[in-house]
Amino acid sequence: MSTAVTGTATTDRRRSFMAFTTTWASQIGITTAFVLLWLTFIVLAPDTFLSQRIYQSFAQTTPYFAIVALALTMVIIAGDIDLSFPSIMALGMVGFVSVWNVTGSVELGVVASLAVGALAGLFNGLIVTLVGIPSLVVTIGTQFLFRGLALVLVGGKSFALVQTRQSPTYDILVGRVLGIPMEFIWLVLAAVAVWVLLNRHRLGQNAYVIGDNRHAAQLMGVPIRRTRIVLFVLTGLAAAFAGLMNSLQVVNFYPSMGDGYLLPTLAAVFVGGTSVFGGRGSIWGTFLGAFMIGGITAGIVAVGLTDFYTKLIYGAVILISVSIHAVLQRRFEY
Amino acid sequence: MSAGESRDAPRPSDSSREPASAAAAAPGGTRLELRHISKSFGGVHVLKDVSLRLVSREVVGLLGDNGAGKSTLIKIITGVYQPDEGEILFDGQPVDALDVQKARALGVETVFQERALAEQLPLWRNIFMGRPLSGRFGFLRTGEMRRITAGLMGESMGFTSAVLTPDSRVTGLSGGERQGVAIVRALHFEADIIILDEPTMGLSLKETEKLLHFVDGIRAAGRSAIFIDHNIFHVYSVVDRIVVLDRGRIAGEFPTSRYSLEELMGIMREVADTGAYTEADRYRIEMPSPAAPATEAGRPS
Repeated sequence: MSTAVTGTATTDRRRSFMAFTTTWASQIGITTAFVLLWLTFIVLAPDTFLSQRIYQSFAQTTPYFAIVALALTMVIIAGDIDLSFPSIMALGMVGFVSVWNVTGSVELGVVASLAVGALAGLFNGLIVTLVGIPSLVVTIGTQFLFRGLALVLVGGKSFALVQTRQSPTYDILVGRVLGIPMEFIWLVLAAVAVWVLLNRHRLGQNAYVIGDNRHAAQLMGVPIRRTRIVLFVLTGLAAAFAGLMNSLQVVNFYPSMGDGYLLPTLAAVFVGGTSVFGGRGSIWGTFLGAFMIGGITAGIVAVGLTDFYTKLIYGAVILISVSIHAVLQRRFEY
Repeated sequence: MSAGESRDAPRPSDSSREPASAAAAAPGGTRLELRHISKSFGGVHVLKDVSLRLVSREVVGLLGDNGAGKSTLIKIITGVYQPDEGEILFDGQPVDALDVQKARALGVETVFQERALAEQLPLWRNIFMGRPLSGRFGFLRTGEMRRITAGLMGESMGFTSAVLTPDSRVTGLSGGERQGVAIVRALHFEADIIILDEPTMGLSLKETEKLLHFVDGIRAAGRSAIFIDHNIFHVYSVVDRIVVLDRGRIAGEFPTSRYSLEELMGIMREVADTGAYTEADRYRIEMPSPAAPATEAGRPS
């Protein structure tokens, strides 16, 4: 059944080159973009970008959306999207403060927030798969629903969380180890876990197949519904965990928390080379993409531009990265 | 869930490439039977009271125009769709709520018209689509899957090009190569009912020849096949019996041993014009009578 039999040495070499670039084009592209952006910052603002302090700051603040971006990468690879995670960040914290206020236990509060996050994700997944509405539409709805629920449940109040600092769990979640913020360590652990799930587990295999060709997945008996639901649950969990870290770090919870994270998180995923059409994406890309997005604000101020430039440069970086991915794909894959 | 390796029923060994012998071509017991299957989508009756039998070591050709219901019938046999009415029997046993996993466990594999491949994914992920080899907790045995894929590529797909590896993506493959992947995927899991849904579509002349040779091999290996096509020239030479589907009904069944290609072409024309063939019932009666369920002894080991 093969026409490759007739392939000459030239086409073999060409295909070999294609195979290499097909596999790595995206990763090489994002890594190059990341290095270039960072070199620009270092050249223009060496004092800031060669000091340790700014890296400690990045290591603490980037994980708040990077952890969600990791889970979201899997959702997008499977051909879905979740826009409700900023609200789940807050809703999970409603679970935390309710249980913590009653029991006084930070640990039980953590469990409650994660449980609420998972349930919110499950709700998304069930509506998407059982009612059969596109996830884009469903999660626009649940974004309001979850946010509204959080606001109503706490009556719009904010909560001081200073007393959580007395718990050892506080240090495990948002303390420091050898000067490294725990947020960063959690991010690395999450990245490794998600990479394994995506590349070495049935869940990832099924996610890729569903995102690439859902019809084929159906014909070949891939558990489409279950896989999609699990991915929404994982995103809910990641969002609740990120909301928890964020709130504990600032020892304050306010029910509009997470609102600003929607676009940076999505940008991190797409800058990282994940295809909005599904079937393609990488954890390494999302990881670097998150730090690119996270570094821009600080970089712009450090190089001496006013904060007004932030959005302008955000937009430029996002468009340039996504264009590079698109060109690389067309050049090497079709 | 770890299907593919967990089936314990003995199956004919993977010997599809052995030469055909005259003795092996004799049909055995009824392997698959559909009784009075009906299916409609949104009020449109796609299949109306369709009955069909497949005997072991038999290759049945399913012919019909576009929209005759061929693909729907296939998706019912493979468990993608559930029929509105009617019964499906494997080895004489009725099977309820047939789904894709169940159909596979019963030995049905399909080479779909759409090829059902994920373009951006490596070959090994396509070969094991829907049933990856995995250990406890669902972690993939990627090394083993790559090894098996490499073996299949060399032996069965005839991929001699050194640059095609198990990690190559489907994107770069030709139509024939893609069909090769889809067929090998069906064969690897030792199915004994192989369904080929318009397998010649998009193939070159040479690739089509290869495919027809491969269908001969299915029977020689003691397996059965349903070969769907709209081209009688492709089907006639390799099948034992031709079933003509027209507008959701079986218009007739014709053993190729009794009908010449010319006669069948005339019949096809009549079916297309009138929607039925008047003599069809006579030959349905002459079909092999429903025997006892096939036993393992009746199949080659």
